[in-house]
This record gives sequence, structure tokens and C-alpha cells, in this order.
Amino acid sequence: MCSTCGCDQGEKRVEDISHHHTHEHANGAHSHEHEHDHAHEHSHTHPDGNTHSHSHSHAHGHSHAHEHAHDHPLDAAAGAGVTRLVSVERDILEKNDAIAAENRHDLQATKTLALNLVSSPGSGKTALLVETLKRIGDKYPVAVIEGDQETTADADRIRATGAPAIQINTGKGCHLDADLVRTAMSRLGTPAHGILFIENVGNLVCPAGFDLGEAHKVVIVSVTEGEDKPLKYSGMFAASALMVVTKTDLLPHLDFDVDRLIDNARRINPTIGVLKLSAKTGEGINRWLHWLETARALRLATD
Amino acid sequence: MHEVSLATALIDLVHEQAAAARARRVTRLVLEIGTLSHVDAHALRFAVDAAALGGPAEGATLEIQEPEGTAYCLDCETSVAISARGAPCPRCGGVKLLVQSGDEMLLKEMEVV
Repeated sequence: MCSTCGCDQGEKRVEDISHHHTHEHANGAHSHEHEHDHAHEHSHTHPDGNTHSHSHSHAHGHSHAHEHAHDHPLDAAAGAGVTRLVSVERDILEKNDAIAAENRHDLQATKTLALNLVSSPGSGKTALLVETLKRIGDKYPVAVIEGDQETTADADRIRATGAPAIQINTGKGCHLDADLVRTAMSRLGTPAHGILFIENVGNLVCPAGFDLGEAHKVVIVSVTEGEDKPLKYSGMFAASALMVVTKTDLLPHLDFDVDRLIDNARRINPTIGVLKLSAKTGEGINRWLHWLETARALRLATD
Repeated sequence: MHEVSLATALIDLVHEQAAAARARRVTRLVLEIGTLSHVDAHALRFAVDAAALGGPAEGATLEIQEPEGTAYCLDCETSVAISARGAPCPRCGGVKLLVQSGDEMLLKEMEVV
């Protein structure tokens, strides 16, 4: 079973787009081999004062892990019920991060720009995506991975624009993880030389910690929310390259200070980019399309 | 609640490490959860207890170290300690801080039998 996926709980589903229905995985139905192990040599001192060196291999996530548990005579103490201390120093999310690295590698190989769109529920992510896809049309390849706890409603809205889309239902899960996205990518295919939009579950807390393999996180905030969102949910704003402020057509009716929102976002992340737009009126949407094309050009220009 | 995902990933890692160390039981876990990570220690404790049930780490004591974050202040050009994102520089009061550490989530060590 993959630790981050939780498929054995029968809650998470990646839509089977070839048959247009969803199904649940049986326990361990998709496991993954990760050939990232490498061997290295090091020396250390044991409690008996002997220093020795030896080589061993360990899984290569992004942490620098050292296992100090080895087969040697001192371990015979294990049988005698003696308490030992095992030094681990490994990242709890290393499995997710290793799968995210594979996703990133595959996206790089096909020169696909992947964006992880994160926000609160109801910020207008899907509405923005629908308008964006209509305007991109067939200028370059696109695909959409839709994350929601339940229903395929959002993927259906996206597919109505003609763009390929697949729904991931996370069940009780509050975020997408790299493994769910990997499964979705394998079924949907990557839009080579184009853009893969990953619409995360509406939640400003949990998705911040789970790398999916994307090039950038884009955080979307609507003007019907509070200006202090960046301070309340700082992790997400710290992790995002761009903040898109949506529903600006409503500003005349609201007591909302956009500049304060931007100041707060920059206080958390001094380098975050900002765009303001309305998916409804189209105001500001060309700048967003320009940002997308520039990010895509950078992806195409570099290995 | 992503603490459940974290706890599941943690216990998988613990089982892997316990098997490698030929341990029969895991009696204590030491975690390092940076104060700038988005993890609630209380929720994590609850989730880890639940995820460990029925395995070698059931009932293990959980020790959570919560180191402060560090950030580089663009105003006074110094590395400073901070306890929350968005907090002003404790030296000059500036608010343009680049976070350098504090969001780590590590299994540091474990006590096994």
C-alpha cells in the first residue's frame, strides 16, 4: 500500500476516464517501486568505543537520512529485551516527496508546465479555469486534474470547454497528494509542451505541505474573503509563487481593501506575484493569460 | 485533517525502520515538527496513537520537539529567529522576512526493544 494514498480505505477515487465512471481500488491495487536507493560509505562510533566504517544503502528522498541500526554483535542485545536508541532523521513525507519528484521528472521530460491551484472553497477556481480554457482554446495543449472530496461536477464543467479533465475524489481526505496526481497523470496523459492545471481541494491549510510535482503553486483569493487570509493561512501564501485575486467585479459592493490583502501576502512572502481579475467580466484576465504563456515559455526554454 | 495522512506516513516509516533495526517493539518516538509547519501537535498525537494501533509502535511515547523558525530579514540583513510567519523582525521590526527553516517534519529517532 502506498502510505500517502490511503487507497486501502476505499475512500479515494481517481476517475476512470476511459469508461466514464469511477471505481474504488482494492487494498494495495496500485503500489509503486521507487528506484532511488543509493549506497554510501560512512563511519561511526559505537558505545563500546570501536569506530568502524561500512557501506549501506538507503532510500533517497530529499532528506539526508542515516540509519544507525545495523547488523552487528551489539544488536544481539535486541533479543535480550534491552532498549536501544535508533537514529533515523528522515522526513515524514519522504514517500510523498519521492513520488512528487517522479511526477516532476515526467513533466520536465515532456516540457509540461504544471500548476497547483490552491484556495479556500468557493474562491472561484473552477470558474477561472473554465474562462481560461475557453480563451486558450487550441493555442497549446492543456489538461486539468480536478480534486474534490466528492462528485465529478467540476470535471464535468471543465470537460464542457473541450479540455481533457479527470476528477480525483479524496473522500475524507482534505488535500491531493503526489500519488493521487501520479495515477491521474497516467490516465489523463500529460499535455506535452502545454499546461497541466491541478485544481486542489478547497482548503488553505493542508495542501501546502504536499508537493505534487508542480512547477508553481498559485493561490487564489476572492474579494469576498478577508484581507487577513495570508496571515491566517501563512503556509500556503509562503509556498505560492503567485496570488490571483478573483471576483474584482464585486469590489464596488464590498468593504474590501485589496491593497491590504497584497501587503499581508507580501509580509508572508516578499516575492509573491499578484494579479487581480474577474472571471465574470473578463477584467484582468489577459494579464493572467500572459502570465501563463510566460511561465510556459520558461518551461519550454529550459531543461 | 492532514495530521491523519502525516501520522499514517510516519507509522509506515517507523515500521520500516523498526524492521531494519530488528526491533520487536518501538517504545518511544522523537519527532521534530518546526513551529512554522502547518501541523497541530495535539491533533498529530491523537492521529499517531490511532495509526500505531495493532503494530509494534502501539502505545509508544511520542516526544515532539518544536524548534523555532529562522528567517533572513531583508531590512536589517540578518538571520533572526521567528515563532510565526508574518511576525516582524525581532531586531528591527521589519516585515520583509525570507523564511529559511522551521517547517521541517522529521522522525529524528526512536527507542526500540
